[in-house]
Amino acid sequence: MDKAMNDKFVIAVYVENKFGVLTRVTSMFTRRGFNIDTLTVGETENPKYSRITISMSGDGYAREQMINQLRKLHNVKKVEYLDRDESLSRELLLIKIKNDPAYRQDVLSAVDIFRSKIIDYSTEALCIEITGETSKINAFIEILKPYGIIEMCRTGVVALERGATSMLKK
Amino acid sequence: MKLTGAQIIVETLIEQGVTDVFGYPGGQVLNIYDELYKNSDRINHILTAHEQGAAHAADGYFRGTGKTGVCIATSGPGATNLVTGIATAMLDSVAMVAITGNVSCNLIGKDSFQEIDITGITLPITKHNYFVNDVNDLADSIREAFKIARSGRPGPVLIDVPKDVQCAVCDYEPQPKQERYPLPKAKESDIEKAVQLINECKRPYIYIGGGVIGTEIYEDVKKFADKIDAVIGCTLMGISAIPTDCERFLGMQGMHGHYASSQALNHADLIFGIGIRFSDRATGNKSKFAVTAKKIQLDIDFAEINKNITVDLGVLGDVADAFRRIADKCEQKSRPEWAETIAVFKAKEKEIDGVRRQREEKAGKDIIFPDRFFDIINSVIDPDTVIATDVGQHQMWTAQYCKFAKTRKFVSSGGLGTMGFGLGAAIGAAIGSKDKTVLITGDGSFGMNLNELATAVSYNANVVIVIMNNGVLGMVRQWQTLFYNKHYSNTTLNRKTDFVKLAEAFGLKGVRTTTPEEFEKEFKAAFDTNGPVLIDCVIPSDEFVLPMLPPGGSMDDMITGEETEA
Repeated sequence: MDKAMNDKFVIAVYVENKFGVLTRVTSMFTRRGFNIDTLTVGETENPKYSRITISMSGDGYAREQMINQLRKLHNVKKVEYLDRDESLSRELLLIKIKNDPAYRQDVLSAVDIFRSKIIDYSTEALCIEITGETSKINAFIEILKPYGIIEMCRTGVVALERGATSMLKK
Repeated sequence: MKLTGAQIIVETLIEQGVTDVFGYPGGQVLNIYDELYKNSDRINHILTAHEQGAAHAADGYFRGTGKTGVCIATSGPGATNLVTGIATAMLDSVAMVAITGNVSCNLIGKDSFQEIDITGITLPITKHNYFVNDVNDLADSIREAFKIARSGRPGPVLIDVPKDVQCAVCDYEPQPKQERYPLPKAKESDIEKAVQLINECKRPYIYIGGGVIGTEIYEDVKKFADKIDAVIGCTLMGISAIPTDCERFLGMQGMHGHYASSQALNHADLIFGIGIRFSDRATGNKSKFAVTAKKIQLDIDFAEINKNITVDLGVLGDVADAFRRIADKCEQKSRPEWAETIAVFKAKEKEIDGVRRQREEKAGKDIIFPDRFFDIINSVIDPDTVIATDVGQHQMWTAQYCKFAKTRKFVSSGGLGTMGFGLGAAIGAAIGSKDKTVLITGDGSFGMNLNELATAVSYNANVVIVIMNNGVLGMVRQWQTLFYNKHYSNTTLNRKTDFVKLAEAFGLKGVRTTTPEEFEKEFKAAFDTNGPVLIDCVIPSDEFVLPMLPPGGSMDDMITGEETEA
């Protein structure tokens, strides 16, 4: 049960690109007591629709309820559960670290190993940009923690299914 | 043709088949009311005493007729006063369209006088809502609102229209009444599985809810029960779908359900739920709910399947179509052992009733006990009478004792349990159905929205208002008696309100009755009167609604009342 409760999953939602639709979606989460981990929203290939990507943890019941309740919303066009093995997901992190000569080399090695990139450099601080799956981002943050994180910001998950299909056309 | 937004609202309502609207005017709906004034020969506006009454009236109008109820309110407090009524409609799947005015677009977001974000407030309690900031979108928004409200599982839709949009002009072309969205058909494989489960079962229980009333399959359900030799039980919302005197019908089950119905459900090996959602009031402790039974749930709302109770088979789709397909394919069977078991439950129920009647006999002939009250009601009403209730003990007694012969005759707030619902709803049902309506209410509930007496009088609504007056908030008091050491915290009303004088002050006849003889005489007279009459009927304070499932209990923990009376 505990394992099932901690299952993380990603849901992609096409919604009409209209005023207030995001509120309708998030209001439903509050009302139904769903706890989401991340939520991103943005334009799609079709200007009539926006795509919301939600990552959350829960059991099969929570997942089914979440999808069903989303489908009931009038402005929601399509909802899909993205299977981890069948989809690609990425997150972006911007993170600011103290620039201390004592461990600067360690930080630079981490940046190199994680294939991330320094986007701002001053004598007091470094700002690093990294993209990857959530697990990679988490690992990177863990590595940097001892060096003094000043502040950080992550986008949350965006995801697409593998292959040549489009969710809207399926 | 060029019309203003306000004209478009009225024309679109008429176009969508609306003949009656309930509402209350105000600053931001002046233009709409001006059009209602000019079109009073084409659309009938009923002025309530309070916007909440208008929302409940629109709700009662739908429940009594099946036609979408419409209510109108001004911005700010007018709109927020609708909220309880809209939530009531949402929880009981009532098709309703609420139209509110709002301040002009340039004043939105400025905390202007009587400005409120009503679409934000009603987001979780509407099927959908609209803030229309362009007059070109107005007609289609209203049409779509009616379509959404009526389609599939019905529900309330709100349209908020700023004043400048009501004044703005655009092209309008009349359109025919919107069709409902087509309903998905249930999968043939699911139908086959359902048929197999039904054919294999020994103890079938057909469990019907509000969905059976909306889809009008009650006759088919009765025939089907005969065919497979099953019994029928219902939820609160399913009351009046099947005539009370139908042999196979065991009545409501659940927290205050009929003994036989609840026991049958608990002993069934197959529950065939149609248009129900296994609400917590119906199931009691979910982990102990009908554990021996396979469960089939047939519904149009996919989100209901497996939401409250995990079922063995969910059949999703057009309920009427799927039900008929299942019914056609099931084998005709007789199940004599199940019939014997049911006979035992029915006998036990009779015995419980007998014990209660004996106790009442001892207490005295002059006391209006709830069952005696309904003996009188049942002997006077006719099959077309609409029975509306408020919420509390009187509501459960109505559900248990009142006899129904036709469908859409029971108007009651189930899901939200809205005290104060009854009077507005009864007026709406009476005006919509044109049938005699009896409101059975309690002194607590009635006190909440009694201002609607003014509406009943103004429109000579055919409503007999009967207050089961026990001087206490009976249902809460019952819980306090059973589970809170008789700490009667704030449930003893002991108010000095004279309901007879109150009725007279509002301009209707009021009488007080304290014995069954008086009540019978006065109720008969009131029933034969054209227009509203109020009867203040004094009943004992300490009567319980029984049977009762204690909180967290299952059907096995049912309190029947024999324990205390033996």
